[in-house]
Amino acid sequence: MSKTYDGEHWIVEGLDLTVQRGEFLTLLGPSGSGKTTCLMMLAGFEAPTRGDIRIAEQSVQGIAADKRGIGVVFQNYALFPHMTVGGNLSFPLEVRGMDKSKRRSRVQQALSLVRMSGFEERLPQALSGGQQQRVAIARALVFEPELVLMDEPLGALDRRLREELQFEIRRIHRELGVTIVYVTHDQQEAMVMSDRVAVFSQGRIEQIASPEVLYEEPTRSFVARFIGENNLVKGEISHVKRGVCTVQVEGGSMTAAHLGDLAPGDRTLVAVRPERIQLRPQTGAYANEFIAKVEDVTFLGDHLRVRFNLFGHAQFIAKLPNIVGHGALLPGDEVRLGWAALDCRALNFEDT
Amino acid sequence: MECGPAGLYYSTIYAYNRKYMGEQTPSSIEDFFDLDKFPGRRGMRRVPFANLEFALIADGVPIDEVYATLDTADGIDRAFAKLDTIKDDVVWWEAGAQPPQMLADGEVLMSTAYNGRIFNAQILEAQPFVIVWDGQLLSLGGPLAIVAGTPRIEAALAFVRFANRPQSLANISKYISYSPTRLSAETLVGTHLETGIDMHPHMPASAENMRRALKSDWRWWSEHRDELNERFSAWLAR
Amino acid sequence: MPHARLVSLALVLPLFAFVGVTFVAPLASLLSKSAYETRIHDVIPETMDVLAAWDGQDLPPEAAFAAIAKELPSARANRTLLRLSGAANRLQSGMRSLITRTAQRVPRTEFAGTWRETLAEIDEDWADVQTWIIIESAAAKFTLRHYLQALDLEAQPDGSIKARPQQERVYMPLLWRTLLVSLSVTLLCFLIGYPIAMLIADAPPRRRNLLLLLVLIPFWTSLLVRTTAWIVLLQRQGVINDFLVTLGFLRDDTRLEMIYNMTGTFVAMTHVLLPFMVLPLYSVMRSIPQNQLRASASLGATPIQGFVRVYFPQTLPGIGAGALLVFILAIGYYITPALVGGSSGQLIANMIAYHVQTSLNWGLAAALSSILLVAVIVLYLLFNRLVGIDRMRLG
Repeated sequence: MSKTYDGEHWIVEGLDLTVQRGEFLTLLGPSGSGKTTCLMMLAGFEAPTRGDIRIAEQSVQGIAADKRGIGVVFQNYALFPHMTVGGNLSFPLEVRGMDKSKRRSRVQQALSLVRMSGFEERLPQALSGGQQQRVAIARALVFEPELVLMDEPLGALDRRLREELQFEIRRIHRELGVTIVYVTHDQQEAMVMSDRVAVFSQGRIEQIASPEVLYEEPTRSFVARFIGENNLVKGEISHVKRGVCTVQVEGGSMTAAHLGDLAPGDRTLVAVRPERIQLRPQTGAYANEFIAKVEDVTFLGDHLRVRFNLFGHAQFIAKLPNIVGHGALLPGDEVRLGWAALDCRALNFEDT
Repeated sequence: MECGPAGLYYSTIYAYNRKYMGEQTPSSIEDFFDLDKFPGRRGMRRVPFANLEFALIADGVPIDEVYATLDTADGIDRAFAKLDTIKDDVVWWEAGAQPPQMLADGEVLMSTAYNGRIFNAQILEAQPFVIVWDGQLLSLGGPLAIVAGTPRIEAALAFVRFANRPQSLANISKYISYSPTRLSAETLVGTHLETGIDMHPHMPASAENMRRALKSDWRWWSEHRDELNERFSAWLAR
Repeated sequence: MPHARLVSLALVLPLFAFVGVTFVAPLASLLSKSAYETRIHDVIPETMDVLAAWDGQDLPPEAAFAAIAKELPSARANRTLLRLSGAANRLQSGMRSLITRTAQRVPRTEFAGTWRETLAEIDEDWADVQTWIIIESAAAKFTLRHYLQALDLEAQPDGSIKARPQQERVYMPLLWRTLLVSLSVTLLCFLIGYPIAMLIADAPPRRRNLLLLLVLIPFWTSLLVRTTAWIVLLQRQGVINDFLVTLGFLRDDTRLEMIYNMTGTFVAMTHVLLPFMVLPLYSVMRSIPQNQLRASASLGATPIQGFVRVYFPQTLPGIGAGALLVFILAIGYYITPALVGGSSGQLIANMIAYHVQTSLNWGLAAALSSILLVAVIVLYLLFNRLVGIDRMRLG
């Protein structure tokens, strides 16, 4: 599906996404990448300009938000300030015409799920931010939706509370088995919580995969840059052979994993994870071996972060384990570096 | 006030706009109260003064018995009863500028008014208004007062004397159709300064216009104003 | 910290002084006139001293006649006589001329042995107990008669109080009508203003500014101009009637009567007071996050349920503020009803203005104002109990 507000700029373009039942899927991306708009279309607050949304094979096109039965947790909680916690939770049950005693037990159940039992009579503004978000989560779950959407629910909380609630949401997901579509711009949060992550950039999905695959095998240079840390070196493909390609870079050539659609002559960005770089490897052990000059060394306890100058590329970073011999590096030293062809991926070219 | 010099005679009359009046035109105070003959709204000032007098004359009380009748409780009841007959069709005005405006707009078919206001509209704005002098209420206006204890009492008195000379009184009629209060000034009335028309037919105290006229009794009103204003308010509110 | 407190006190002192001198003091002095007034008493102080010991059954003693025969001519010379004659005439028509004539004639009348006989010679009314009862009542320093009059009550000769006859009641019907009109105007303002405020609060910024300007422009225009504009629009030969006649909806003789009656009062007052409803409502609505309605929809509430149970309750503080503002302003309105109200559109404030400016019966004006003030305070307290003033938002 696609979405535009003004007919010129596409907020979401050519999106094609399938969510599995019971899955925890995160839409990850910088702000303005279209992930929240996607969520709003899913919830029914916005209509796609083109395309269709189906839930359990049924198109929800033309079905109003209040008829979709999807739970939504909003960034600023969106609790009703004039109702107590109990009133907020009871509201979705009341509009569904549930009788009073049943409502009460369901509200109790939902509150105990988020560890907020005993707070029924409080007004939202008498609660802390973390407590309000727990209530908001309970409210989105109390009517037992099969799909729950969460729009940066932890954005307004401090770090400690975020981590606590990340764990809670994960636990609730496991306990209830509901499908959750979660929006965040925090890659660490996405990695910790999700079954799968869809990385958004400029209205498109760059890659959708499990956190491990995203980290180990990015297929797009945007993902390589956005998830974790990567050295990206500009070059041009000269040679492709059985999943491996040779890339001409300034001052030398590299051997890298080849990912399909790049052909000889194409420009490329070669991504190398800093922690995959070996210092002074055995000669011939790796397909890539280069001499680089140490620019500076930062001591970080368990590892050293070393900045090298590799063929004039002065921001080449290596994370070296703190073992005997590594500590002796000094700025200005010229040392030999090496890495395997599979730890080095030739990705689509992007001007950085 | 026990006594004082009044600067002019003005008249409360009623007038209509020829533009909105049919073939048949009203000519008496009785016509003003006759909704069958002249259906349409009436403008009246929102005070009992003049309205009670008009009501009694229209109800058949001879001119010279109007105030004697009003002096009795029955007479006042009679006046209000007559006003009751047209009350639903009355638009009440408060400022003297309103009646000419309402007549010009056709907001009312006829309205009581100060004769000078109607005169101005007729002469200066060429409105086709007609004054019905029958049953007019002629009243003293424009009295002068001196602030007690003024250090310039001599100058003030000199002005009062000047303002009450026959020529001064007659000069008013060069501008507006209000009659002088001294007989010696009557003969000095001439023409309108701006348009040059003869003022005699427009003067409220002229013999022609005074054929059936009532002079208002300010002594009677100074006694009864408070009481009747209250009665009038209660009547209006019903 | 006494120093800081002293400084803050010094800073608010000019305001207190300003409010005290220009508002509290005149108000208190005017309101006190409703029950306490020495200006009339001081015209005939000696007579009143003698009358203080009088039982009111038979004619007062010779001393009272002697005192008033001395004090009336000197009051005439001092030009204070009008205060007494005016007040007495309000209690009974005819007293004005009795007092004025007596003050004129006493020096010119031959003394007849007693002052009682001398005065009776000038006018036999002096031999009537009723005359003296009125003089004493008119000049009394402390009196409740203004309140009795304002409440359409009257004291009987035997001292009991009872309602005036139906056709003489002026002020209570007017007070009820004023309350009714004010409530209706408040309701109309609410019904019209609520959707407008919602429209403005939901509009994109540029259109919002334009709409707010449209609400505010009439607000900045003179009240008189706006009211007069309604006359032009609504009168029989006015724009609206002309338009309808031209289009053939009306005939010339079936033009609508939209002004100089209650309709005119309602239309003009609602228009004039509408911004006072729209602005507080708008400010409250702006503070309601947009995701409140989305949240309610996501929870399964239809748009109507969402409005009734989620949005509307959150705008209550704005409704309260707007309603209170409109109501309090409406209850004291008099220019608009005077101009477009016709005979049925007069409100209590018109009466107060009349007694302040025209009849100069300030005691009665003060009593009416006090009653109006009490009515507003009672309604305010009632409102506070129901809605809570601390929850109100004025914008």
